[in-house]
Amino acid sequence: MFDIAIGIAAWGLITGVAMGNSGLPLPLMVMMSLLVFAGSAQLAVLPLMASGAPVWVVWATALCVNLRFMIFSAQWRPYVAAYPLRVRLAWAYFTADLNFVMFMRRFPQPEPAPEQAPYFWGGVATNWLAWQVPSLLGIFLAETVPVHWGFGFAGTLALLAVALSLLNDKATGIAGAVAGCAAVAAYALPFKLNIVVAIAAAVAIALLIDHSTPRPAQPLDDAT
Amino acid sequence: MGALEGVVTVLGLTALTVLTRGFFFLTRREVPIPQWLRQGLRYAPLAALMAVVLPEIVMTQGKLIAHWQDARIFAALAAGAYFAWRRSILGTILMGMAVLLPLKLGLGW
Repeated sequence: MFDIAIGIAAWGLITGVAMGNSGLPLPLMVMMSLLVFAGSAQLAVLPLMASGAPVWVVWATALCVNLRFMIFSAQWRPYVAAYPLRVRLAWAYFTADLNFVMFMRRFPQPEPAPEQAPYFWGGVATNWLAWQVPSLLGIFLAETVPVHWGFGFAGTLALLAVALSLLNDKATGIAGAVAGCAAVAAYALPFKLNIVVAIAAAVAIALLIDHSTPRPAQPLDDAT
Repeated sequence: MGALEGVVTVLGLTALTVLTRGFFFLTRREVPIPQWLRQGLRYAPLAALMAVVLPEIVMTQGKLIAHWQDARIFAALAAGAYFAWRRSILGTILMGMAVLLPLKLGLGW
């Protein structure tokens, strides 16, 4: 998680700059950064809020951009179902994309274990700080941060490295390639729905691969 | 957008963050998810990452980039090669940026 933090920080900074340059009141942007805590949804709704779009359009947009989290939450369920609601609410609030990915990589078996909670809370604390501090800096220093240098790409590289670390056989390789290509092909869809399309396509192809892998040949009963 | 409307909008967005991220585990009621789908969803983290990453590398303003003089492609290739060699996430990020920044700032790619 500390390795990835530099990528998260770069992304937090450019998201903060986008908020600072949006023309919306700075106190509202600070509140948004601290409370909403969902970078891609924030970036999607900023232009809508700035242009005075109806509130329901803003919310519907954020809901669509967040659809991938619903898919993730189905995966979370066996790990967290036993916790009280208070803990599950906090878990839901703090779990960003990379926390989910790192946790599932570390604990592939869908069953609770005592070492999971410290792993999770350490990870989300790192992620929250690595995101919020640069995000707030970006809001207040929006004019002076040289975004055109392209350092926001560090966030993309962090995700790329984590994605590569998940490639370990033919099925994951093909599923990853399909997801990437589907996301590019469906990019024109509104509300970042291309990501949901890409997840669906990758899951479908991976299931096909899993189920069509030839089983080892069974010895024939030879009665002779 | 008035101050009150802004605050209400942001509070609603906050609720959406919690509700979507906890959609299937905030209620105790058993949510029936078929076994095959459960199995397929193991690929969701990888798929979501690739879906975010690839457009960031090969697209500009919603279009595929049309020429090879783009710093991001070389940065991503160098980063990928470094990861294959060392399997270090931090090193991969630094390698990619070490290729990106000179190309972008020096050559204007």
